[in-house]
Amino acid sequence: MKTDLRTNIKAIIARAYVRVVGANREPSWWLTETLLPIMSTAAYVFVYKALKAPEEYVGFVILGGTMSSYWIFVLWTMAAQFYWEKEIGNLEIYMIAPISRMSLLLGMASGGLFLATTRAVFIFLAGALIFKVNFAIISLPKLFAVFVLTLTGLYGMGMLFSSLFMLYGREAWHGVTLLQEPVHLMSGFFFPVRNLGFFVALGASLIPMTLGLDAMRQLAFEAGPKSGFINVNVELGALVVLCILFLWVSKHALEYMEKLGKRDGRLTLRWQ
Amino acid sequence: MNLAVETFDLNRTFKLKKAKNKKENGNNDGKLIALEDANIKIHQGELFGLLGPNGAGKTTLIKILATLLLPTSGRALVDGIDVVKHPERVRKQINMVSGGEHCGYGILTVRETLWMFSQFYGIPNKVALRRTDELLKILKMEEFARTKIGKLSTGLRQKLNFMRGFVCDPKIMFLDEPTLGLDVQIARDVRAYIRTWMKKDLERTVLLTTHYMAEADELCDRVAIIDTGKVLVCDSPQNLKKSLAGEAVFRIEVPLDVNGMEKFGQIAGVKQFAYDHKSHLGRTELKFILEEESAISNVTESLSGNGSKIISLSKMEPSLEDVFLALVGRGLKDEN
Repeated sequence: MKTDLRTNIKAIIARAYVRVVGANREPSWWLTETLLPIMSTAAYVFVYKALKAPEEYVGFVILGGTMSSYWIFVLWTMAAQFYWEKEIGNLEIYMIAPISRMSLLLGMASGGLFLATTRAVFIFLAGALIFKVNFAIISLPKLFAVFVLTLTGLYGMGMLFSSLFMLYGREAWHGVTLLQEPVHLMSGFFFPVRNLGFFVALGASLIPMTLGLDAMRQLAFEAGPKSGFINVNVELGALVVLCILFLWVSKHALEYMEKLGKRDGRLTLRWQ
Repeated sequence: MNLAVETFDLNRTFKLKKAKNKKENGNNDGKLIALEDANIKIHQGELFGLLGPNGAGKTTLIKILATLLLPTSGRALVDGIDVVKHPERVRKQINMVSGGEHCGYGILTVRETLWMFSQFYGIPNKVALRRTDELLKILKMEEFARTKIGKLSTGLRQKLNFMRGFVCDPKIMFLDEPTLGLDVQIARDVRAYIRTWMKKDLERTVLLTTHYMAEADELCDRVAIIDTGKVLVCDSPQNLKKSLAGEAVFRIEVPLDVNGMEKFGQIAGVKQFAYDHKSHLGRTELKFILEEESAISNVTESLSGNGSKIISLSKMEPSLEDVFLALVGRGLKDEN
């Protein structure tokens, strides 16, 4: 048991190493992960300004842009990772290694977190400074807890998606493509989710980002509580439940999909 | 002696798309039998070869043993552990290298790549790096230690993949066509390393699949010949070749444009017949296994009667390829 834990920790570090070292060896990512993403976020700010929307909406947009870095990362880098590994011939090697599949994903996620955080920090700082966002933080510990829980929930969700990618490859790719934009809308990345109506917001709350963003808006802006969907403490509790749920489901989904792949002979079959 | 691998009536079928199945197999039952009642026993410390043409079921068997594929029925034990019931325990004892494959990420160096894969087996850093350096030296890759793998040639990347399997120092190693596509020198290095690695620890076991009969002959303690999913025979290369001792093997080279070759198998005294078109040489190589040496006169007469010019004729010592021909009725390179 002790040996297994040590091996899994080593696997997490080794897999994270690729991402961190890779980022340092390809400096061009600084441009693609910092300057370019701020542009799309800025576009929403200008739309709101043109429409003379309340000033706090600028802050909401910057927060949404910051958090969208993690969503994009979870969806396109983490979830799709097993698909890419299969295509380049690494998946077979990973599958015969005596380690948990979640450790591999956690390693990829930890390494990728570095890139996603760089992107997020840049959007946050540049956005806040350029557009002079006023923050009124109610509780920093709570804000931090919401952020961590949102990321944990999202990563759990990413692991769940990765099980689909592991087996279905390109088919899962189409599914995730379909998810990207609707989730941007439903999760209220750039506006309070309450505006979508209670039931739509409730449905969208299955995605940890929805509750996380809503709670963060309530905790970081003066006008946040007024536009909140539900009470922050309830959102915190719901996020805890979602984290446990996604991690548990993704663990079993990974095991199930691996078994299915081994049964059907699709686990290491490429170009599908 | 302890068994490293043991299989009991192992079967594996794949579901096929109907159209593909009908076209390729002449039936429409939607199944392809990749492995049929395979029973093999590999002893600890043995270098065991699994020989057969492409599509014979070699990779299927190795993937089942490596816990990548479930058998349709039957049972397989690796180091005494059931591969279906306890795959996680099997994985601690094994590693696998598939020829023609690459591994890792172009952004990492050769040394980093080997270190990374060693970590998935919990190998301490110092040990991993020492083994890495040893492998780099033995396999003549030292000068590429700090080269990003994205900059390596295809052959060197395959060599790296081979090293990746050994850096973890498994108890049982599965090598699936490890020299596939490698140039002569690299293939020679790889074969030499396999033997050296085996000698260093008598508990190490290798299951090697190949369709290069000479490779199996050179390396393996015992070989099993497999075709269309069935294990046909299993013995040492020497014993298998001895089984053809009473028969005569002849190789005849004729021009490429010989007609009516299908009749050559029916010549009196011919036990088995195979051919291999060597277009680049402008010749066809005919191989005959004869019941007795004197039957060669029937063959030459038949060729002359067919208007074929004989470019060369030689009597050969039986090889594993001839054993395959005698067992299956066709050569390894024949399409049907």
